[in-house]
Amino acid sequence: MGDGYLTSALPDNFALIVRGSQCDKKAVNSQRPVNLDLRTIKLPITGVTSFLHRVSGIILFFGIAVLLYGLDKSLASAEGFAEVKECLTSPLAKFVIWGLLSALLYHLVAGVRHLIMDMGIGETLEGGKLGSKIVLVVSTILIVLLGVWIW
Amino acid sequence: MVTNVTNFSRSGLYDWMAQRVSAVVLAAYVLFLLGFVVANPGLGYAEWQALFSNNAMRIFSLLSLVALSVHAWVGMWTISTDYLTPMALGKWATVVRFLFQAACGVAMFAFFVWGVQIFWGN
Repeated sequence: MGDGYLTSALPDNFALIVRGSQCDKKAVNSQRPVNLDLRTIKLPITGVTSFLHRVSGIILFFGIAVLLYGLDKSLASAEGFAEVKECLTSPLAKFVIWGLLSALLYHLVAGVRHLIMDMGIGETLEGGKLGSKIVLVVSTILIVLLGVWIW
Repeated sequence: MVTNVTNFSRSGLYDWMAQRVSAVVLAAYVLFLLGFVVANPGLGYAEWQALFSNNAMRIFSLLSLVALSVHAWVGMWTISTDYLTPMALGKWATVVRFLFQAACGVAMFAFFVWGVQIFWGN
């Protein structure tokens, strides 16, 4: 069924895969089978930034527990505050906080881009690609700066 | 059998708007907190505690907690409906997706209650 049936009827070198933006009018009109299985389509740069936005969101969802735990402890008492501060001097804790805040910064930068696009800026294919590159560059700079600040 | 439940508000536009509005609140809160911590290098308990016991800050924190709940829900719902599909999981997709969304909802509710205790209890 499915893939086996379709591919067996085609020559071996027939490209089933629609590569993201290259899905043009011809492909839409043709009677050829179109592969919409997202797992086998190579991601364009806009897809990469979108995927990272999702991944960072999932990391943050679980990271909330860590951040709330630290906040709870640091506000409960002076001893708790000192304990959290002490804990944050360990390399492992620094790495975890760096990872969480990196996810946060990336999610924030990519989110701001979404808001800008909602205003109608950078909505074209070229604009989208440029926006993705800007998101990657800006978030990388911020994440490096964050690392410098933490260590 | 119902295999495809729509989103929480039963309106994609409403979810879209809620995601944006909550995002702006969260961005403001995160930037404020990061700015505060970066601007106060030798931060002590007294200052930290004073910040969070300030009434304006409590309101800002609670608002952000509500925004976080909304934002996390819309995000996790979107991801689960995109990836936990029959194409990826077969016939158990609906059950798996429902359980995943239920777990996310319970976790987010627990985070919310915990957050209220932190912001209004300390």
